[in-house]
Amino acid sequence: MNLNRYKEALFKPLIDENPITLQILGICSALAVTNNLTVTLVMCVALTSVCAFSNLFISLIRNHIPSSIRIIVQMTIIASLVIVVDELLKAYDYETSKKLSVFVGLIITNCIVMGRAEAFAMKEKPLLSFFDGLGNGLGYSVILIGVATIRELFGAGTLMGYEILPLVSNGGWYMANNLLLLPPSSFIIIGLFIWAIRSYKPSQVEEDDFALSKHQTSENLTKRELNV
Amino acid sequence: MNDSIVKTLGVAFAICLICSFVVSSTAVSLRDMQNENKANDKRMKILQAAGIFDPSKDIKEQFETLEPKYIDFNSGKLLTGSSLEEFLSEHKGDYDQIAATRDSNYSKSLSTSEDIAIIKNRENVGKFYLLRNEDNSINKVILPVRGYGLWGTLFGYISIENDFNTVAGLEFYEHKETPGLGAEVDNPKWKALWPGKQLYRGNEVVLEVIKGKVPEDDSNLAYKVDGLSGATITSRGVSNMIKYWFSDSGYANLFSELDYES
Amino acid sequence: MFEHYLNIFITTVFIENIALSVFLGMCTFLAISKKIDAAIGLGIAVIVVCLITVPLNNLIFNHVLRDGALAWAGLPDTNLEFVELISYIGVIAAAVQILEMFLDKYVPALYNALGVFLPLITVNCAILGASLFMVEKDLMFGESVVYGLGAGFGWAMAIVILAGIREKLKYSDIPEGLKGLGATFIIVGLMSFGFMSFGGISL
Repeated sequence: MNLNRYKEALFKPLIDENPITLQILGICSALAVTNNLTVTLVMCVALTSVCAFSNLFISLIRNHIPSSIRIIVQMTIIASLVIVVDELLKAYDYETSKKLSVFVGLIITNCIVMGRAEAFAMKEKPLLSFFDGLGNGLGYSVILIGVATIRELFGAGTLMGYEILPLVSNGGWYMANNLLLLPPSSFIIIGLFIWAIRSYKPSQVEEDDFALSKHQTSENLTKRELNV
Repeated sequence: MNDSIVKTLGVAFAICLICSFVVSSTAVSLRDMQNENKANDKRMKILQAAGIFDPSKDIKEQFETLEPKYIDFNSGKLLTGSSLEEFLSEHKGDYDQIAATRDSNYSKSLSTSEDIAIIKNRENVGKFYLLRNEDNSINKVILPVRGYGLWGTLFGYISIENDFNTVAGLEFYEHKETPGLGAEVDNPKWKALWPGKQLYRGNEVVLEVIKGKVPEDDSNLAYKVDGLSGATITSRGVSNMIKYWFSDSGYANLFSELDYES
Repeated sequence: MFEHYLNIFITTVFIENIALSVFLGMCTFLAISKKIDAAIGLGIAVIVVCLITVPLNNLIFNHVLRDGALAWAGLPDTNLEFVELISYIGVIAAAVQILEMFLDKYVPALYNALGVFLPLITVNCAILGASLFMVEKDLMFGESVVYGLGAGFGWAMAIVILAGIREKLKYSDIPEGLKGLGATFIIVGLMSFGFMSFGGISL
């Protein structure tokens, strides 16, 4: 039992290998559900638990899955877990499930879950896979919660429905930035997050597709080159 | 070894069996609770529109104090006696007004000039609720209304006092308006502007959402509601909705009948 | 009737664009939009698959899964809505597989052009999302055909526009950390704000 590997599986996906900002996985749901922190938290819990348990179950039977039906077996397990989560939500938190509408179902096609199952759980031991799933789910949650906090706090002056910045329309001093409540703003916020993470960790910066040749100023050129 | 046909089929079968067992047992065991939630959600909105919702009490119990009634929009008459029984048995006592608008047997397609609220099809029969006083006289009428805003249709309930002219409350249970602008129809401050407003002057529906704030010395204060700032189209949609549903093709004829009954 | 279908189509393509206003299929949307050629290929594949799977799922929902839909089989009280997700994803995976084999055998030229994109589509949430929205909107069969076409077309249009912008972007001087993904996110955000101006259009 090597504790470091568990730690790595759990914490690496938070910033270093964040599934959203580095691997561009699972962004779809990250955008539409972030205008309210409560809804976002529920979505994060749903995704993290599906990701962790699908990794665990797939890893448990990894030595018995024939490679020809590998994908469909993974898909079936993930889809079953998602349905269970969806049904539980509808029964115990109807309000939130109504707001999430189709996005809980769309966890099935969330590439984070599928990607971790294929890349990690098929090779590693169950418990380690479970932690890897948990870590990736949390990596997704960190970004989502960050976006949702910014959007709800500055867009509506509230956090989880409680008033933090009293709005002008309710007699306070804060003029809400309605732009942040609109879904496209989450793209821009994530774009800025990526900028921040990559400035902090320059190794994540993407290579240029081509290199620019260095600009030469006239002082460096000989007279003949300048044709005078 | 893993890729032999027997093993492939065996694994596929086992996975299917286990997954289907897990999925169906959760679904079946939670179904009653889910249906209850769904029904309660709508009941709560109706109670809120009536202004009698008390979160500390059981929703179902509170809802049972309301009396469902049915109106035939084509004749403007209440369904009573045998026609009511026939109608209820046809729908097994579970009439869905919105589903009816998609079925040409139960709805009428409106012409463009008639359709000011842009609802396209109007159901033949509407279901509404009465709140009675203890002496059985009518206290409030709670009517379903809907109309097109900016992004889609707004669905809601409006409740009217027993003079059949004064608004008691307005509550939307579904809409897709822009957050922060049109979606302010859900803002309690805006909703609080509605109680006390008058629908009719003479026989004309005059209540409307205006642009901007209503001046406090306006002589028509009772017929005007402050507009939602930055949401002109939503405000106009709400005005049109009121205008349509309280015209003769909506509930106007119903009121004289209810008046007679009480 | 024609007007009704046209209305659904315009609404799905512009007002409720599946990529830019409900943000579905974003993973492939961001990953395969570096070059216009690839974007067009993937776009066409999405249109075809949407056009096939949405109506197919509509039939399955209305005749098998829906509450009381199994009355024809003598089971009027059965409600199979809870297996919705798994049946849709199965239908999508099967449709993609069959389409791939069919193209390989009969239209090899098209197969060579689309081939690499088809497997990607099974896990594209735009396709599953279109089926789920079809159920949420409670569409009839005819409407679902138009909806499927509109959803696919809207997504394809969005990815081609984005690829066009990104090809130009290659030559711009962008801060280091923002290069690539960061700038793309912000551009998609701005495009999506642009698409919001279609709101309020109704035919």
